[in-house]
Amino acid sequence: MFDDGSPIYRQIAERIRSEVLSGAIAPDEQVMSTTQYAAFYRINPATAAKAFACLVDEGILYKRRGVGMFVRPQAPAALRERRRRRFFTEVVDPVLAEARAIGIPPEEIVEWIRRSSGTASAAEEPNGTGDVRAGRPGGQQETVRDRGNGR
Amino acid sequence: MTLGVQVTDLTMRYGTTTALDGTGLELAPGRIHGLLGRNGAGKSTLLSVMAGFLSPCAGTVLVGGHPVFENPRVTRQVCLVGEWSPIGEKSDRVHEVLSTARALRRGWDARYAQELLERFGIRPDDRLSQLSRGRRSALIGIVGLAGGAALTMFDESHLGMDAPSRAAFTDALLADFARTGRTFVVSTHLVEESSPIFEEVAVLDRGRLLVQEDADSLRRRGCRVTGPAGTVESFTAGKRIVGTPRRLGGTLSVVLYGGSYEGERGRAAGTGLEVEPLPLQELFVHLTEPGGGSVDGTGSAPASGRTHAS
Repeated sequence: MFDDGSPIYRQIAERIRSEVLSGAIAPDEQVMSTTQYAAFYRINPATAAKAFACLVDEGILYKRRGVGMFVRPQAPAALRERRRRRFFTEVVDPVLAEARAIGIPPEEIVEWIRRSSGTASAAEEPNGTGDVRAGRPGGQQETVRDRGNGR
Repeated sequence: MTLGVQVTDLTMRYGTTTALDGTGLELAPGRIHGLLGRNGAGKSTLLSVMAGFLSPCAGTVLVGGHPVFENPRVTRQVCLVGEWSPIGEKSDRVHEVLSTARALRRGWDARYAQELLERFGIRPDDRLSQLSRGRRSALIGIVGLAGGAALTMFDESHLGMDAPSRAAFTDALLADFARTGRTFVVSTHLVEESSPIFEEVAVLDRGRLLVQEDADSLRRRGCRVTGPAGTVESFTAGKRIVGTPRRLGGTLSVVLYGGSYEGERGRAAGTGLEVEPLPLQELFVHLTEPGGGSVDGTGSAPASGRTHAS
């Protein structure tokens, strides 16, 4: 369930971030308990607690004493903003570097994007919400793994 | 109720064999600890002393602050089970094994035992001699879980179980831990599979404690650096290398230990080197490699001179 090497608590934190971002867990909604996370992922509860602590520090979750962890109302917007900032450096830049290495000129990339985004918006309907739900955790893991390999 | 363990300068000898050689170890109460080590590293001996089955040749073992050997007040709260557990010595029926366990354990939870039996598909009337190896292992696990001891230790209890049974056992262990918060010690060879349930991991090597750390941190301690030999050599100079470097033509691949994967990856940025996290199982193999597996950047160090970065 977890890729090798990178700390499990970070992977758990990243999954929760994705769920907050996608709206799977709504603002002010309660997050499952460390015990539930531990049972679900078959991990030590302390590891889940560490992920929660990390998200509290980041301002994604807040704690209600004796009740549990909740999503901060401003968390989705903050996460989206953070991902947007990273998008160009972490997603686009590697693509450009690869293109440069194999001699694809920027114009060709721009042309590809223009064509693909045309197709993408046309294909948006049939892909629907079911796909997005199913694809979300996997897609996230891919990102983590790619970074993990330092590529 | 939960118990911690303090092991100080523990030495155990069997004839001319030294199983434990001045081992020190502290297990915090209310956690799930993993005890790892190769065959013959001293795991079973250490657990047996912690359970009060053996008297230390030298050194001390305190459980909940008290010596454990021949101390019924403590041993009553300690349970160690393993493949070698003498279950079925007096009887051949599952329910008789459970009655024996019940007589020995004040905290025995018969309903919980019954529930676990059902989960593993074992019937009280089953004959031990006819149980599969996996079910027998599961029964041993059940004796540990249902016993309710404040310090419960499983010595390679997963050994005979197939993958689904191991998963069921892990689930039962985590549910029990969430409910009781007692101290568990689990010794295992299945490093990768088991390590996520451990809060702390202790690695024994040739009778000594090699490293003890929280499992998630240990997972970050090692990384593999691969690239052109010259670049790898200058990048890893002065760093602690474990295992034998591997070469393929002009490509060199080495395993670093002691820093952090993220740190090394950051430093390697722009060098063209590939830095990968190291699976815990692989790190474990390198750390416990027999004979001179460990070398530092300046030359090889004798295996006995190995220390761990704490």
